[in-house]
Amino acid sequence: MSGATTTAAGAGTAPAAPVPAAEPRVRSGRRRGLIPAAVVALYVLVALCAPLISPFDPDHADLVARLSGPFASAHGHFHLLGTDALGRDVLSRAFYGSRVSIAVAAATVVVSGAFGVFVGVLAGWYRGWVGVVVMRVADIALSVPFFLLAILVVAVLGPSLVNVVICLALVRWPRYTRIAYASVLETRERGFVRGAVAVGAPGRWIVTRHVLPEVLPLAVVVATLELGLMVVFEASLSFIGLGVQPPTASWGSMLSDGQSYVATAWWLVTFPGLALFGLVLAVNLLGDAVRDRLDPKRSVPKRPFRRRGPGRPGRAPGWLRPGASGTAPSPGGPPGPAAPTHPSQEA
Amino acid sequence: MNRGTLATAAGYLGTRLGQALIALWGVTTAVFFALRLSGDPAQLLAPQGATQADIARLRRQLGLDVSVWHQYLNFLDGLLHGDLGYSYVQHEPALSLISQRIPYTVDLALAALVLSVVFGVGAGMLMALNRGRWPERVLMPVVLVGQAMPAFWTGILLVLLFSVTFRILPSTGYGGATSLILPAVTLASLSAATIARITRGAVLEQLGRDYVRTARSKGAGTGRLVVRHLARNVSVPILTVVALEVANLLGGSVVTELIFAWPGLGQLTVQSVDGRDFPLVQAIVILAALVYIVVNLVTDIAYAFLDPRISTLGKAAGT
Repeated sequence: MSGATTTAAGAGTAPAAPVPAAEPRVRSGRRRGLIPAAVVALYVLVALCAPLISPFDPDHADLVARLSGPFASAHGHFHLLGTDALGRDVLSRAFYGSRVSIAVAAATVVVSGAFGVFVGVLAGWYRGWVGVVVMRVADIALSVPFFLLAILVVAVLGPSLVNVVICLALVRWPRYTRIAYASVLETRERGFVRGAVAVGAPGRWIVTRHVLPEVLPLAVVVATLELGLMVVFEASLSFIGLGVQPPTASWGSMLSDGQSYVATAWWLVTFPGLALFGLVLAVNLLGDAVRDRLDPKRSVPKRPFRRRGPGRPGRAPGWLRPGASGTAPSPGGPPGPAAPTHPSQEA
Repeated sequence: MNRGTLATAAGYLGTRLGQALIALWGVTTAVFFALRLSGDPAQLLAPQGATQADIARLRRQLGLDVSVWHQYLNFLDGLLHGDLGYSYVQHEPALSLISQRIPYTVDLALAALVLSVVFGVGAGMLMALNRGRWPERVLMPVVLVGQAMPAFWTGILLVLLFSVTFRILPSTGYGGATSLILPAVTLASLSAATIARITRGAVLEQLGRDYVRTARSKGAGTGRLVVRHLARNVSVPILTVVALEVANLLGGSVVTELIFAWPGLGQLTVQSVDGRDFPLVQAIVILAALVYIVVNLVTDIAYAFLDPRISTLGKAAGT
């Protein structure tokens, strides 16, 4: 469990570090992320306020009004997006469906990402038997096809919201682990890490200051890809009937119900799909913007000859400064992960 | 020196093979016990109104009356003799049931893999090398849409468009090459988009490195830059994602197969888990795990050749 906190602490420091290096793109990146962020916020708002804004009870069946199209009025009830085969209001069900999607996706990414990165960094840094064991377990988890494992987990635990999260996290953590592991393996051979090792820096310091900043952008990119994917996977599980159980509304189960009426009731497969698509698209775009801000190398192609006075390597890290206590890990060390490489860039 | 390298490589291969076998055993064992926790197949298989005695007899027939550990030993014993057991439901060897379905799933997965690698890597390279120009402006939205489309929605919409509206492609079932198009595109769309994104990211990352600047300043054109300098450096992340996508394609074809009524392994999987058909589920898991582990093994070996800095060769052999 201390692993999760270590990773979280690393995640906290990483975004702060590369920002000063990325002046010209930051603003456009921020603006690019604005609309997706607003859309995601809107989805979250809808999810939170679903009981307040839904025109109908999402589970209320009105058989008289069944399969009425969008904008249809049936005995005084106006259904903006039509009704399904049981006469339930599609709009209300779509509102309620957002709750399931958002809750499951967010929980899954946090759980699997924190765990996956932590064990991946451990494996890459210590290698030896730690690396072998971690990567073999990751292999095992990865080598069961996702849906098979999902079906198995749900079959064993029974379908429920929490079990869907467990099942997705169980399948997805190796993604982060493999990326983190590969990145650590590569990073640890690079000059600045070898240098840090050579001057006797403590392993934990090297990992948090030099290795994690290389790993985390990759992990965040994976996480953003995953966040959208998890929305899709939850919907997929519900689509094949293993996610949230009826009558609870989920976009996946709505699509699955609607598939039987694809030739006659187009709105049943269109609107839940659009809701799903919109959320995933917004999450992915938001992830892009986040990624642009997190990636320390992003600004380099634009400004390859960044000026920094030669021979000004920044303040010495805590563990090097005489008198500083070794327990304070990062009292304003080098301004970013790229800092140790600057001398070579300027040479 | 060459002989030494070869010996190291052989040792490495041996180690990895051993690890692969352990992984395979791990998967098998995990699935075996997970299944035993998931419910009693005899209860499910017994006809309506069966007495306790009937169920007990059925349990004995299926070999479920002994302890779990005994069952496990029996299972391992069968496994070593290449016997994956009989399907509880269809009363046929699990292996033959699976092998009937394999060609369909392989067709589908291969078609989707080729589509997604060709379009994914191609689009990713194009986008990264033309940052901010029209190829990226055109392709990026396509990639983003591809990535945001869940397979089952893509599938339903494709059916709506090409089968219901235009009536040019069959919507379900297996019948020659035309029936492969819609499922393959459905299955490939997400992988292609993922590969394109990773490729673009990897190339962009490399474009910021010193050696690219050096090559450019020496007058290398884009083609030379890609072939001589970038290809090797971006191959590791691309290989990583492609290997993961292979597993996704094989496993993720479940939904696609359900939508298109494709007679592959995906359908069989859902059926067998639904029916608590233990031997069949175990056989499918073993097969899927085997495929994945082989892909993984090949990937790991390829890493070492592509990027000597990832000195897994020597290190792994040393451990």
